[in-house]
Amino acid sequence: MLKKLGLLLLYLTAFLICLPILLVLLGSLKSTRELVESLSPLLDDTNGMVNWTLLPLYPTLNHFFKLLFSTPSFFIVFWNSMKIVFCILTGQMFISVPAAWAFASFSFPFQKLLFTLYIILMLMPFQVIMLSSYLVLDSFHMLDTHRGIILPAIFSAYPVFIIYKSFHQIPKSLLEAARTDGASELYLFIHIGIPSGSSGILSALVLGFLEYWSLIEPPLAFLKDKSLWPLSLYLPEIGIEQSGMAFAASVITLTPAIFVFLIGQDYLEQGIMSSAVKE
Amino acid sequence: MPSLMGITLFVLVPFMDVVIRSFQTSITKEFNGLKNYISIFHNQAFHLAVKNTVQFTVVCLPILIFLSLFAAMAISQLREMKLLKSAFLLPMAVPAATLVLIWKMLFFQQGIFNKVLLTLGLKPIAFIDSGAAFWVLVLSYVWKNLGYTIVLWLAGILQISNSILEAGKVDGASPMETFLYIIIPNLKPTLYIITILSFLNSFKVFREAYLAAGSYPHESIYLLQHLFNNWFTNLEVDKMSASAVLIAALLFCVILFLQLLYEKDK
Repeated sequence: MLKKLGLLLLYLTAFLICLPILLVLLGSLKSTRELVESLSPLLDDTNGMVNWTLLPLYPTLNHFFKLLFSTPSFFIVFWNSMKIVFCILTGQMFISVPAAWAFASFSFPFQKLLFTLYIILMLMPFQVIMLSSYLVLDSFHMLDTHRGIILPAIFSAYPVFIIYKSFHQIPKSLLEAARTDGASELYLFIHIGIPSGSSGILSALVLGFLEYWSLIEPPLAFLKDKSLWPLSLYLPEIGIEQSGMAFAASVITLTPAIFVFLIGQDYLEQGIMSSAVKE
Repeated sequence: MPSLMGITLFVLVPFMDVVIRSFQTSITKEFNGLKNYISIFHNQAFHLAVKNTVQFTVVCLPILIFLSLFAAMAISQLREMKLLKSAFLLPMAVPAATLVLIWKMLFFQQGIFNKVLLTLGLKPIAFIDSGAAFWVLVLSYVWKNLGYTIVLWLAGILQISNSILEAGKVDGASPMETFLYIIIPNLKPTLYIITILSFLNSFKVFREAYLAAGSYPHESIYLLQHLFNNWFTNLEVDKMSASAVLIAALLFCVILFLQLLYEKDK
C-alpha cells in the first residue's frame, strides 16, 4: 500500500514536471483571439484573472506560419543559434578529444596537477571569468562577433573531462600490447581510442548541445548588436502582447533541444553518470 | 596540446591580468594596495548580493539533494525506470527563455497560480515583486536540476554491489536499516560530487532570474550574478576584478575542501 502510494507520488511529480512543457505546446496552437482574451489581464492590470484552458478552443498553426515565413528577424536569430552551437561543438571535438586522449594514455610531468586545474576551471561560474574574457576579446577585436562567443567556448574544459572518463576505461595493457607490436600513437588514437571512447564523445556532444542552445550570459555580455543574438536571448524580447508568436517561438526553440534529448538520452545519462563514478 | 594553449590564452593569462588589476585603480592603473578589496567590503550592493546568494545556496541545495535522493531510491526499486527518468530529465532540454514565458503565465499578479489561490479563498501573492520571488527561483532551480541529480544518485546507488545488500538481508536488516547503515555510507563519495555540481549549477539560475525580472529584480533575488552584470555594464573594473578574485579564491577553497573529503573517503 505504502509502496503504491509512493509510486503514485513519483508519477504525479513526473507529470507536474512535464506540465509546463505541455502548456507551451498547447498554447502555441491557440488562436490570437483566444490568447488575447485569456491573457489580457496580464497586460492592462485590470482586476480580472488569466483565464486559461488547457486545450485550445480553435487549434491553429497560424503563429508558426507567421513566424517562419514572415518574420525575417526570427530567421536570422535561429540561424545565429544554429551557427554558434554547431561551430562550438565541432571545435570542441577537434580540441578536447585529443586533449582527453593525452590525459588518458600518456604520462607526463604535472599530469595530476594539470587535470585538477581542468576540473577547477570547468567548475568556475561564468561571472568569475567574465571580466577576463572581456579583456581578451577586446584585445583581439572579437567583441560583437560570433567568433568572440565561439572561440572561448571551444576551449572549455568540460568535454575534456567527460571524454577523458571514457578513454580512461580502456585497459592500459591493451595499449601497451599494441605499442610493442609497433602500432604508432596515431594508429592507437584512431583505431582504439576513438571507437572505445565514442560513447563519451557523444555524451559530451549531447550535454554541450543542451548547454549552448540556451546560452545566455556570454552573448548578453559580449554581443551588443541584436542581429547577432541567439534565439535564447531573442525569445524574451517578444512581448506578451504578441503571445502567439512568443509561444510559437518557444516551441521552435524547444524542438531541436527535445529532439537531441530524445535521440541522445542514453548518452546524456552516461555523461552525467560518468562525472559521479569513481576513478 | 592545443587545448592547453587555448585555455592558457583565454582563461589563465587573462585571469592573472585580473588579479593584477584587482590591486590597481581602474583608470590610472596605479598600485592601490588592498583598497579595492576594502571598498567592496563596504559596498551595500555587494553585501546584499552575497547574503542572497548564500541564502539561495543554503536553502536550495538541501532541498534538491534530499528530494532527488528519495526519488532516486524509489526509482532504483523499479524494474522499468526509463520513462520516469525521461520525465525527470526533460527540463534539462528546456531553454531558460521558454521557462520564463511559462513562469510569467503561472506567477504574475493575475496569473494562473493566484487564480487558484483566489478560488480557494486565499489571498493572491505578488510572486515577482516580493520576497516570494525567492521561492519561485528556488522552484525553478529544483525543477531544472532534479533529473540531473537523480541520475547522479542512481549512478551511486547502482554501484553498490548486490552482495553487500544480500548479506544485510541475511543478517536480518530491515529496509530502513539497510538504507541507513549500508546504502547511505556507500553513497558518501556520490554526495560530495553532487554537492559540488549542484552548487555550481546554482549559479546558472541567473538566467531565469535575469530573463524574468531584468537587471534590478526584487531585492530578495538580487544575486552576485546581477551585481557582476551591472558592474560590467558600468565597466567598474576595479570592483569587478577584486570580487572576481575573492569569489574564485573562495570557490577554489570549497572545491578543494570537498575533494579532500572525497579522497579521504575513497
